[in-house]
Amino acid sequence: MNSSLLVIEFLVALLGLGVLLADLWIAPSARRTLAYVATTGLLLVFTIHAGALAPADGTAFGGMFLVDGLANFFKSIFLVAAMVVLMVSTRFADRLNGYGEFVALILFATVGMLLTASANDFILMFVSLELITVTFYILVSFQRNRLSSVEAGVKYLIFGALAAAFMVFGITLIFGSANSTNFFEIAAKQGELAKSPVFLIGLLLTFVGLGFKISAFPFQMWTPDVYQGAPAPVTAFLATGSKAAGFVLILRLAYGVVPELSAKWSHLLLGFAVITALYGSFCGLAQRSVKRLMGYSSISNAGFLLLGIAAANDTGSSAVAFFLAAYVFTTLLVFAGVTVVTADGETDDFSAFGGLGQRSPFLAAGLTIGLVSLAGVPPLAGFFAKFWLFKAAALRVADDRWFLVAILAACVAVVISFYYYFGIIRAMYWPRHTAESTPVEPSIPVRLAMVTCIAAVILMGVFPGGLVSVARQAVAGLGPATAPAAHAAPPVAAH
Amino acid sequence: MSPVSFLILLPFLGALAILLTPAKHSFAWRGTALLFSGLAALTGLSIFFDFVPGSAGFQMVGRVDWNSAIGLTYHVGVDGLNVGLLLVTGLVGFAAVGVSSEIEKQPKMFYVLLLLIIGGALGSFASLDLFFLYFFNEIALVPTFLMIGIWGRGEQKNYAAFQITLYLSLGALVALAGLICLYAMSGANTLDVVVLSAWLKEHPLPAASQTLIFGLLLFGFGTMVGLFPFHSWAPLGYGVAPTATAMLHAGILKKVGLYALLRAAYPLLPVGVAQWTGVLAVLCLGNLLYCGWVAMRQKDLNLLFGNSSLAHMGFVFLGLASVSVIGITGAVVIMVAHALLAALEFALSGYLYRQAGTLELSKLGGAMRQLPFVGAALVAALLAGCGVPGFANFAGEVTVLFGAWKALPWHVVAAAWGGLIIGGVYMLRAIRQVAHGEVSPVLAQSTDAGGVNRAPYLVLLVPLIYFGVAPTGLVDRIKPSAERIVARATSGLPATPAPTAAEPAVATASAH
Repeated sequence: MNSSLLVIEFLVALLGLGVLLADLWIAPSARRTLAYVATTGLLLVFTIHAGALAPADGTAFGGMFLVDGLANFFKSIFLVAAMVVLMVSTRFADRLNGYGEFVALILFATVGMLLTASANDFILMFVSLELITVTFYILVSFQRNRLSSVEAGVKYLIFGALAAAFMVFGITLIFGSANSTNFFEIAAKQGELAKSPVFLIGLLLTFVGLGFKISAFPFQMWTPDVYQGAPAPVTAFLATGSKAAGFVLILRLAYGVVPELSAKWSHLLLGFAVITALYGSFCGLAQRSVKRLMGYSSISNAGFLLLGIAAANDTGSSAVAFFLAAYVFTTLLVFAGVTVVTADGETDDFSAFGGLGQRSPFLAAGLTIGLVSLAGVPPLAGFFAKFWLFKAAALRVADDRWFLVAILAACVAVVISFYYYFGIIRAMYWPRHTAESTPVEPSIPVRLAMVTCIAAVILMGVFPGGLVSVARQAVAGLGPATAPAAHAAPPVAAH
Repeated sequence: MSPVSFLILLPFLGALAILLTPAKHSFAWRGTALLFSGLAALTGLSIFFDFVPGSAGFQMVGRVDWNSAIGLTYHVGVDGLNVGLLLVTGLVGFAAVGVSSEIEKQPKMFYVLLLLIIGGALGSFASLDLFFLYFFNEIALVPTFLMIGIWGRGEQKNYAAFQITLYLSLGALVALAGLICLYAMSGANTLDVVVLSAWLKEHPLPAASQTLIFGLLLFGFGTMVGLFPFHSWAPLGYGVAPTATAMLHAGILKKVGLYALLRAAYPLLPVGVAQWTGVLAVLCLGNLLYCGWVAMRQKDLNLLFGNSSLAHMGFVFLGLASVSVIGITGAVVIMVAHALLAALEFALSGYLYRQAGTLELSKLGGAMRQLPFVGAALVAALLAGCGVPGFANFAGEVTVLFGAWKALPWHVVAAAWGGLIIGGVYMLRAIRQVAHGEVSPVLAQSTDAGGVNRAPYLVLLVPLIYFGVAPTGLVDRIKPSAERIVARATSGLPATPAPTAAEPAVATASAH
């Protein structure tokens, strides 16, 4: 057994247990220190992960656990997201009863995410997803004295349990027809399995479970309520880490395990992609709560990401990876701002953001950069993410005109989303009648987190090439997509 | 560094300098903005006069392999198509900073946003890589939104800010879809027009793809220009925008869409040109006649200017639809002239608004008596707007009509000529209402622009007259590039029996 491959996961889990223990002895007023310790610990883990001590590619636990480029790419995303969320959550520490547990739970959820990135077996996939989901049941309802938080927790519990039931049922069907739950073994006989209706149903049910995680239509109902009710840092982690965990599995399944089937289902995926993107955009129009709005934005972005899955070509998989990296930083930036603004007041209505341009120019500028990047305007990360994703779809236009329809529909969704993203910007900057004039000052850790995100969002937008190369290497291990139309552009030497 | 890169860099450096200047040195904000936009105007002038006319190639090229893995290069340079546009962008940018002394609220942010718009416009005109053309153009989007919202005027600014943002981004995204299709389908893995055009000469795209991409580009970029029937965002947006934003938008940013069509769609997609110019010839009449007709009925000077600028775009589209060397040369001349004209119009209307507090035509009057300089400049601008000889607009419009006469059916040209008459009607009426007559009560207390305050208007008016009297300076630079574009745009029509493949081929295409 090659358990040294799991060193990252072990370390983060140990860190979580350590925080849990330390919480017993530490004074309640000093609990914020736990978050700083945890962040520093994660930073150390990240340096190990990114540095020379990182485990080499390989499998462990009888092929259940896999370390490859894709896993490493997403592990970086998860670790960064956890660090930013922890730093931002310090602003919330006074409002969270039992902040030490909160920090530990974030770390345990991170372990679950790290495991999903490395899952190479339907069983490990299910277990790691449950580790994430169960932790989030508690995190979402962490403000036990707030009714909306508890309500959100219950909703998430019910929908999450339903999704888990679908998925585990699907996995039994897959096991029944394939006689294995290992991704490699199933990939080896996918041609033969594709003829088995039981296998197909099992796979579809698994995708249903994953659809819940990424809030794709028609499994998106929980998203707005839960996003609105959960404490802002939890929503941030839900929107970034949890969604990315769903997508790493979808990427691995669609591009690595059953590429032939997913190419065959390309129109199905395309349909769901477009409906998801449009649904998120249209429903966001009427929202006045910023967190709820971000829920719809998250649905819409899931639609764009599915477009990259439906494209079923090399560009598509690298575009999904790039998009997620850009999306994680952008969303964390927005939620950092939202956390600070909502930490003192009770509401996250647009009005809470009124006059922010004068109350805190830094926060307003940070939020604006985040929102504009989500809308997809250059020179920010969100623009290039959409550019690359649309390119993946455009590569298919020549042989399948439905992809053109999908691109244009996605453009419509983007334009609609402009309306609500810019609505928040308007609330922050435009002269108002009711003057909320208390200045807001983000603390130093929050400032640090936001500056990191701003720098990442701008760098990814202006110099996307580096990340594209990394994303390409990350998805290269998934094997070439076998879709008939997945021809990449012939390489041309730069003239 | 190529002077063109230097030119693009200047406004961004200026924005950064203002951003880093603390509030206790607030007097330096406007000075810095004037300095950097002035330098940009001078650099634009020097590029224009250093440009060697008579060659079709790119000059003063700057190239950085921005990222070879994804095939996108930072590639800038000038040819006849953009050398004039870069010049007027510098001039209009300087004038826009110059007329902004009225801004009292949050001046720091104002000048930063203004310089970002100027830099974005310069970058998109200079870029030879279509990715960067789009990239720079979109940089102006958010500043426009914020400027209308924070410094705009009137009750409708909220609506107008969203309308202009959504319209422009819809147009931009459709164009982006076209560019991405071009990027993905060409197989050249680049959006650099120079490389791409060489590649497509060897490996032309299938006719269906060309038609598709050209359609996306035409309507996408067309919306950004205000092509009928996607034009309704423009007049209101300009009406409520602060003066400097309206000047840059109506004068400069609107030309980016036209420029992109000439830079990308025409030379790269010859079959698409043949397929779509007929549609374009009809739609441009919508701009010329319908928007002109709407302009006639306006009671507000800014809305009149907004609609008339759409009508002027109709002439540019007519020139594009002719696909002839004369027509396209004329179209570029109009683009340059109209940039100066629209900026001058909005600068003057901004001055009037500050003095009178209203722009309602019925309330204004006697501007020539009370404000001799501004009134005279306004009369000059309005005369230029109706195509009086002696202004650069005349040179462009008459050239376009010559080009269209040979290439397009006679009734299209006749209708366009009718558009000129409509233009005469509303412009002359505006002269009578605003400039002549008794001094109206709202203007009774007003003071004329004097001393250095005249500079922003003169910076726009002088070249407008100079290019009107001596258009050869412009035409000589444009013509070789127009020839190259037309040669490429008409190369995709193998099945035309006509000996001169250029004009007649398009005439038949547009007659369908």
